[in-house]
Amino acid sequence: MKQAIENIRNLAHEALESSQSLKEIDEIRVRFLGKKGELTNILKQMGSLSAEERPVIGQLANEIRAKIETEITSRISQLKEQELERRLREERLDVTLPSTRHPLGKQHPINQVLDEVKDIFLGMGFSITEGPEVETDYYNFEALNLPKDHPARDTQDTFYISDNILLRTQTSPVQIRVMERQKPPVRVIVPGRVFRSDAVDATHSPIFHQIEGLVVDKGVTMADLKGTLEIFVKELYGPETVVRFRPHHFPFTEPSAEMDIMCFECQGKGCSLCKGEGWIEILGCGMVHPKVLQNVGIDPDEYSGFAFGMGLERIVMRRYNIKDLRLFYENDVRFLGQF
Amino acid sequence: MNLSMKWLSDYVKIDAPIHDFCEAMTMSGSKVEGYTVEGSEISRVVVGKVLSVEKHPNADSLVVCMLDVAQEQPIQIVTGADNVVPGALVPVALDGSTLPHGVKIRKGKLRGELSNGMMCSLPELALTLHDFPYGTEEGIFLLGEDCEGKPGDDIRPVIGLDDTCVEFEITSNRPDCLSVLGLAREAAATYKVPFVAPQPKVQKETDDIKNLLSVEVQSPELCPRYVARMVKNVKIGPSPRWMRERLRASGVRPINNIVDITNYVMLEYGQPMHAFDYKYVKDGKIIARNARPGETLTTLDGIERKLDEQMLVIADSEKPSAVAGVMGGEYSGIADDTEMIVFESACFKGSSIRTTSKKLGLRTESSSRFEKGLDPETCIPAVQRACELVELLGAGEVVGGMIDVDNADHTPRTLPLTPEWINEFLGIEIPTGEMENILRAIDFKVENGVITVPSFRADIETKADVAEEIARFYGYNNIPTTTLRGSAQGHLTERQKFEGVVSRTLLAQGLSEIITYSFISPKYYDKICLPAQCKERDSLKILNPLGEDTSVMRTTTLPSMLETLSRNYNNRNQSALLFEIGTEYTPTGDDQLPVEKKQITLGCYQDGYDFFAIKGAVETLLEALDVKDYDFVQKEDDPSFHPGRCAEILVGGQVCGVIGEVHPRVCLNYEIGTRVYAAKLDVDLLYENRDHEKTFVPLPKFPASSRDLALICDEGMPVATLEKTIRASVGGVLESVKLFDVYQGAQIEKGKKSVAYSISMRAQDRTLTDEEADAAVKRTLKALSQLGVTLRA
Repeated sequence: MKQAIENIRNLAHEALESSQSLKEIDEIRVRFLGKKGELTNILKQMGSLSAEERPVIGQLANEIRAKIETEITSRISQLKEQELERRLREERLDVTLPSTRHPLGKQHPINQVLDEVKDIFLGMGFSITEGPEVETDYYNFEALNLPKDHPARDTQDTFYISDNILLRTQTSPVQIRVMERQKPPVRVIVPGRVFRSDAVDATHSPIFHQIEGLVVDKGVTMADLKGTLEIFVKELYGPETVVRFRPHHFPFTEPSAEMDIMCFECQGKGCSLCKGEGWIEILGCGMVHPKVLQNVGIDPDEYSGFAFGMGLERIVMRRYNIKDLRLFYENDVRFLGQF
Repeated sequence: MNLSMKWLSDYVKIDAPIHDFCEAMTMSGSKVEGYTVEGSEISRVVVGKVLSVEKHPNADSLVVCMLDVAQEQPIQIVTGADNVVPGALVPVALDGSTLPHGVKIRKGKLRGELSNGMMCSLPELALTLHDFPYGTEEGIFLLGEDCEGKPGDDIRPVIGLDDTCVEFEITSNRPDCLSVLGLAREAAATYKVPFVAPQPKVQKETDDIKNLLSVEVQSPELCPRYVARMVKNVKIGPSPRWMRERLRASGVRPINNIVDITNYVMLEYGQPMHAFDYKYVKDGKIIARNARPGETLTTLDGIERKLDEQMLVIADSEKPSAVAGVMGGEYSGIADDTEMIVFESACFKGSSIRTTSKKLGLRTESSSRFEKGLDPETCIPAVQRACELVELLGAGEVVGGMIDVDNADHTPRTLPLTPEWINEFLGIEIPTGEMENILRAIDFKVENGVITVPSFRADIETKADVAEEIARFYGYNNIPTTTLRGSAQGHLTERQKFEGVVSRTLLAQGLSEIITYSFISPKYYDKICLPAQCKERDSLKILNPLGEDTSVMRTTTLPSMLETLSRNYNNRNQSALLFEIGTEYTPTGDDQLPVEKKQITLGCYQDGYDFFAIKGAVETLLEALDVKDYDFVQKEDDPSFHPGRCAEILVGGQVCGVIGEVHPRVCLNYEIGTRVYAAKLDVDLLYENRDHEKTFVPLPKFPASSRDLALICDEGMPVATLEKTIRASVGGVLESVKLFDVYQGAQIEKGKKSVAYSISMRAQDRTLTDEEADAAVKRTLKALSQLGVTLRA
């Protein structure tokens, strides 16, 4: 009988070794350990054994049962492991196949750069404001020290709605609106679209964007103007940017200046990008003209300030090497998708 | 303004290399746009003396010449020109030389005869008969007596191609710098070298102008000063080479000695001059008066101009002979038979010249100078200079005396010098003495702390103007850089942040941002099928548009979006998902500013895109904006949208926008061959209706009960009605209502539909009992039955 039990153990072991599925294992369990299983069958014959043999055989049978059960458990986990490995093998992907993507929208490049400019000025304590795009002659010209017959009006080809109403040619009228409603200190930038009757070509557009800036307080100096704008361009173009201020004329600032940066292509030697000048004009600026302050009821003896204005499109064009302004307003998705 | 450096050197001595000069002038306020070195394209072209001219042995039309070019041996050159004679001095382009327009000359053989270069004609040197009237355009240029040079000399100085011309961009406040003398003054101050304005003198005068001419100024306001001098026994002819060269360098075409003198003086003094032929000045009377109603004048360019009463003319006793300060009349100009002339050197009111020039559509060198406002003190020196030049050129005899009708205000402007204020304003510290030196260098007088502004500087009115003069000669780049003092809070407003959320939410949903023009064509309203009479067509019209396409301010952003989609479609882009935050302009009445409303416009086409995709985009946006009180209401009568696939978007009970599939007719108008979806929302309304106050609600501790309801209703009933009823009747325990099926077919009665909802209910403070959930369902079904909605069997 001992031999028969040992035999069962061996048979069970062999059967388990060759089993390939949980179903087979279950059959093995039933075959050897089930109520009608082989081990049970043998134990049923225990009655024929002597009193001395019975506990020995009983113990042996229990040991063998335990062994088979352990073996079954381990075979199950082995098979599961094999099954998992097979699945993992089968599930192998070519990870270089194209992905399933949710399309990503792109912000218009003009507004991307505008956001950058806004951030820089927010960091210097400027607020942001806007103003109407359709303006009165007063705000766009008169209040900015450009009376009706001023020759500088010719340089800003204006779209008129009526004698008195026009499409603003600059964001500067918002300077006046800000100063009318807010007493100094003022520290604000004004982004917005402006209009000039320029026929459309690669470098001209009847609509473009400007960013205006205005600071008014007690004791604001031209040195402050230079310092503030220098920080701005170095933030925008990098800390190694070389800046120069050059005298210019704007009716609403005095002294007036234009700010150039040294051409980053040729380092000032002169090349096609800077049209041989070695410098690239970035913005116009100046100390707010005393007449402009007077026009909004601010005493120029008590307060001073500076203002600046720049075209946004040209900054964006230089940044991305875009040669044709029209692309901004055509909004082809192949264009927008690049930024 | 083009400045000849040779001309400048008559008045101020500058030794700097040209590049440094341009840089220095730019930095002191006279911006240099660029400079041209004359003759820089020419190399290895020398003076040659023709020694012999022989027939070419193999060609009748060619000759073989020997030339002395100061080399060891004379050189042989073959030419086809027939005007070469022994003894003549000619320009010779040697082997390896370059000529204008990149022409290169090499030695070679012509019909078997060696030619060691080329003899040049005027055009080959980029010259014309205006430069050398005695030359010829066909043959070789034979150097005249005015060309001083010996064989072998570089040709450029010999023919005057050795000037450098600097192009300045002069700002409108500095008409004084539109002149050689003005720039000489600036250059002298920049380089701290002396400059003294010249004092032109006439040596010999005959007769007296008063016997010949009278001048009457009827409109002194428009003509503050009128100065006239006369010249008789005029000999019209070409002006000398130096004058023609300087005119050419300044971009002015030489004509004849008298006309050239007027141009020369204009360039030198900045004072436009006019020369009248005296024989056409009827009764010897010049009258500066307003034009009469209906009066016309044929100007020098042969065009008949209609004048009006606001325009100033220069007339004789009968009729106008010039539009003052703008252009002379055709018949009164200088001709070859002119014997006696009148020089006009006047000062006209800038704004009047500007208006006249604009009205006539005639902008001339003269008018563009006058309109900036010229200095009445320049009239006399300029006319004196003209007469001096007449003498110098031997162009006639200057008549004695001068007529000067002077109504100008000569009171000099004075300002206090405020060194402390200036230092503080600029952020610098320079001594008063240095400020005074700077001001004196540009002809300001400074005495006892009072500045007297020179008459030609009408732009200096305030102490800030004085500060600029100091700053530009001190050097803008010598001013230190400082940061702003005081504290300031830079922040975005609530509204600006709100718009940022709009943009970011739409971008995150895959829509790209576009920027379109604010003006559109009125025809675009037809393209979006707006009815003929509708208020959206009432747009602000631009009086002077670039073209019809951009002639009205849009009252709706929809056409701009459709235009963009159309462009993308026709550029064969497979899909376009776009949005714009743009402005609409609604007129409010004549001479009033319009209402400018910002709109969010969405526009999409893509395979598989549908109404619910764009609706989803809008609802996600509304969620991000915390706009909770909104409704989509079926809209069948929007002419731009599919009548069955369009909704009005109500926010807070007000119409906030529209959403839908674009009407197929509109798509056709835009040549888009696919379905297009669009939506438009008003930013102000969204902003007003945001509900951004947030309070935390604890996460649920008790389980939810859910019930599914399959309802039968009329097929025309919007499901929103069902959902609203469910929400209202379930009440406070409602957690969510989710539609999961809409079915019409075999098991459903015709004209009806089955709509299935999953309703989730939950209480915050306890587990909801089945009885409570069932009661809620019962309430709901009862309410629904009022609408004729039944539970599906």
